[in-house]
Amino acid sequence: MSSAEPTRRDFLYIATGTVAAVGAAGVLVPLIAQMNPDASTIAAGAPIEVDLTPIADGQVIKVFWRGKPVYINHRTTEMIKAAQNVDVAKLPDPQPDSVRVKPGHDQWSVLIGICTHLGCIPIAHQGPYDGYFCPCHGSIYDTSGRIRQGPAPLNLALPPYEFVSDSKIRIG
Amino acid sequence: MSGHATYQPKNAFMQWMERRLPIAGLVYSSFIAYPTPRNLNYWWTFGGILAFMLGVQIITGIVLAMHYTPQVDFAFNSVESIMRDVNYGWLLRYLHANGASMFFLAAYVHMFRGMYYGSYKEPREVLWILGVILLLLMIMTGFMGYVLPWGQMSFWAATVITNLFSAIPVVGESIVTWLWGGYSVGNPTLNRFYALHYLLPFVIVGVVVLHIWALHMVGQNNPTGVEPKTDRDTVAFTPYATIKDSFLMVVFCLLLAWFVFYIPNFLGHPDNYIPANPAVTPTHIVPEWYYLPFYAILRAIPNKLLGVMALGASIVILAFLPWLDTSKVRSANYRPLYRQFFWVFVIVCIGLGWLGSKPPEGNYVLIARIFTVYYFAYFLVILPILGLVEKTKPLPNSIAESVLQASAPSGGKA
Amino acid sequence: MAITRSVLALAASLTVLVAPALAQEQDTDLPPKNKWSFAGPFGKYDRAQLQRGFKVYREVCSVCHGLKLVAFRTLADPGGPGCTTAQAAAIAAEYQVPAEPDDQGEVKLRPGRLADYFPPPFPNEQAARARYNAVPPDMSVLAKARGFERGFPYWVWDMITQYQEHGVDYITALMLGYEDKPPAGVTLPPGNFYNKYFPGHAIAMPPPLTDKRVDYTDGAPMTVEQYAKDVSAFLMWTAEPHLEARKRTGMQVFIFLLVLAGLLYFTKKKVWHAVELKPETSRPKA
Repeated sequence: MSSAEPTRRDFLYIATGTVAAVGAAGVLVPLIAQMNPDASTIAAGAPIEVDLTPIADGQVIKVFWRGKPVYINHRTTEMIKAAQNVDVAKLPDPQPDSVRVKPGHDQWSVLIGICTHLGCIPIAHQGPYDGYFCPCHGSIYDTSGRIRQGPAPLNLALPPYEFVSDSKIRIG
Repeated sequence: MSGHATYQPKNAFMQWMERRLPIAGLVYSSFIAYPTPRNLNYWWTFGGILAFMLGVQIITGIVLAMHYTPQVDFAFNSVESIMRDVNYGWLLRYLHANGASMFFLAAYVHMFRGMYYGSYKEPREVLWILGVILLLLMIMTGFMGYVLPWGQMSFWAATVITNLFSAIPVVGESIVTWLWGGYSVGNPTLNRFYALHYLLPFVIVGVVVLHIWALHMVGQNNPTGVEPKTDRDTVAFTPYATIKDSFLMVVFCLLLAWFVFYIPNFLGHPDNYIPANPAVTPTHIVPEWYYLPFYAILRAIPNKLLGVMALGASIVILAFLPWLDTSKVRSANYRPLYRQFFWVFVIVCIGLGWLGSKPPEGNYVLIARIFTVYYFAYFLVILPILGLVEKTKPLPNSIAESVLQASAPSGGKA
Repeated sequence: MAITRSVLALAASLTVLVAPALAQEQDTDLPPKNKWSFAGPFGKYDRAQLQRGFKVYREVCSVCHGLKLVAFRTLADPGGPGCTTAQAAAIAAEYQVPAEPDDQGEVKLRPGRLADYFPPPFPNEQAARARYNAVPPDMSVLAKARGFERGFPYWVWDMITQYQEHGVDYITALMLGYEDKPPAGVTLPPGNFYNKYFPGHAIAMPPPLTDKRVDYTDGAPMTVEQYAKDVSAFLMWTAEPHLEARKRTGMQVFIFLLVLAGLLYFTKKKVWHAVELKPETSRPKA
């Protein structure tokens, strides 16, 4: 049936098929896009500001951002020293404490409180390092949120945040 | 009844598959090689359009279900959230609401086509009855779907229609309470309507499979009403019927697009943008346009139980059509007297629809009664008598012959 | 043919029969049709009008009528009044919304944020009903919740001309439809006002608009008529914030479908050509 070069009839068929295919693809766009976060979800996930003044020395608070728990830890000087005096190379996920805090704000550790193993929320001020302990499978983190023992492969993640002033941070 | 040529896979994988689960062969014999009368006009496209619209409603319905909340305090707002916040939510909602209207429009055209050309006659009685069942399922699905936005019309339509069952003697009230799940339409009612509204379309899919199977057993009717005799009378479904159906489907989509994008609330009722209030009844409770003829028949009868029975009878009587029509000639093209009564019937149906939107007062009631009488008389009196007394025109010998005579005034229309 | 003639005679007599009923239905005047910038297939909102309408809402209507489905962030969305995100945030901050319970469990108020919705003017339905013995409806979808029927054949014409502005025509007419005194022979229930376009004519809402009530800075006339049109346009936006996107997408879809329909039509003709040429063959020539 097919000739060496496309006849006018074949061109019509090709054109129709192409336009129909474009239409089919166009139909898919809203069907797939509707599953993406809607406008109210995105708005609810907007950055939040947290006032640090009520947090006492050594206290950890938990706030929620985008449905995730965020630990804000007002570390004591002992906790900061313990976090810094560590042989980084020996850590399962090597990271110095300095990259896990904002410069000049060593006493504030802001971490996403989701265990990097399978997603449970670790408990603060627990374990041999006075860091975090995950009750699900026994992962142990230090005061910098780094994994020390247990099945978790990575350190606790950091959310995007910045210091609006010395006593206020914006997360997100 | 399969096509002449059977599927012969050349590909090794397809040969392996065909031996184990011959789906490709089934598709081939049902939709590719399947012999279709060559003289079908565009009225025969509406079956395919209905299948397409069923797909549209199911797909838009499922994605809407991802965002809808079936609880009386949240339902209305969840629909508004779909309209405002969900990506393309406004499009999906308007597609689904206007798609329902287009679905019914196509169904009515499809049914009138069947009535005009005698597609319900032997050997297509079961095919026709399956169609009546599909109409009933569509009516139930549409009714429950309309309740879900929980607007004023949603709530009060649910109240009025479920209250109809109280007309049943002895057990009526218990049935209504059972339907409601409470002492009035409320959250249990909304939840169960949501569950059933999600379920019934898939029941419809199952009955559609039976409907197409029944169709393929006996083959399509055609405008002459003369069955195909040789393979000169038929063409392969693909590409001939496929391309013709595709064309009118796109034209139909244009009609749907006109509503969805430019007049999306035209067919709806403004009162359904008022959140449901059990303490306030709207001035005129009206169903969506596609239920209006039945609504008119219901209200035309002054007695509550008889009115409900008339409403049911107006649909159920369709199932008896193959036996009520006594004519041996199928197509109205060759039944000039029947043709006139048929068109009056169409006008009566449209008239009943118009009357259903009017308040049941004054002369509207009188005319609704007259039209209701004609509606039932058409099935119970006119058709049985007509078949016995009318003079029909001579039928063509075959489809091919009628196609060749297409320019002759008495020939069939191609 | 005899059947057709009798049917036409029947139709004529039926029309005569229903004419009085039809006439009686229209005892409330139909709202006059206005020209709206967002009407028709190429309709768009007039940003300045939406801003003015928003001002009228805030200074006049918001005392009693809520907008609880409208989020402050939508004021900055495309196709709307055209506020910047900062302006929308500033507007949000002017409203007080309930905050999360504090450590004592008390719910205090805090300034609104972009993600918040317009807070309702009354804490509950009873408080809303107290002043005028009627509940002022929330206006988020009011422009779609109000409509009126235009009899046959007008609605056929409306379908063709895409008339969807019943609601805003009604709201504008309502604002302009107050009369100082009801016509002779009509008594109003105490506390109600006479309005030409309100169904039943007795409305609990006092006339809300007067000339120069709201200060317009863009030079638009500060008349009741202008206020009515502007607030109606604003309410159309609160009801249909995606109107512009809908019509724009509609045009693209329409053109696409017309092209596809044309291509399919000619394809169909080509495919069927072989069959129509030789009806006596069962398989068309390849």
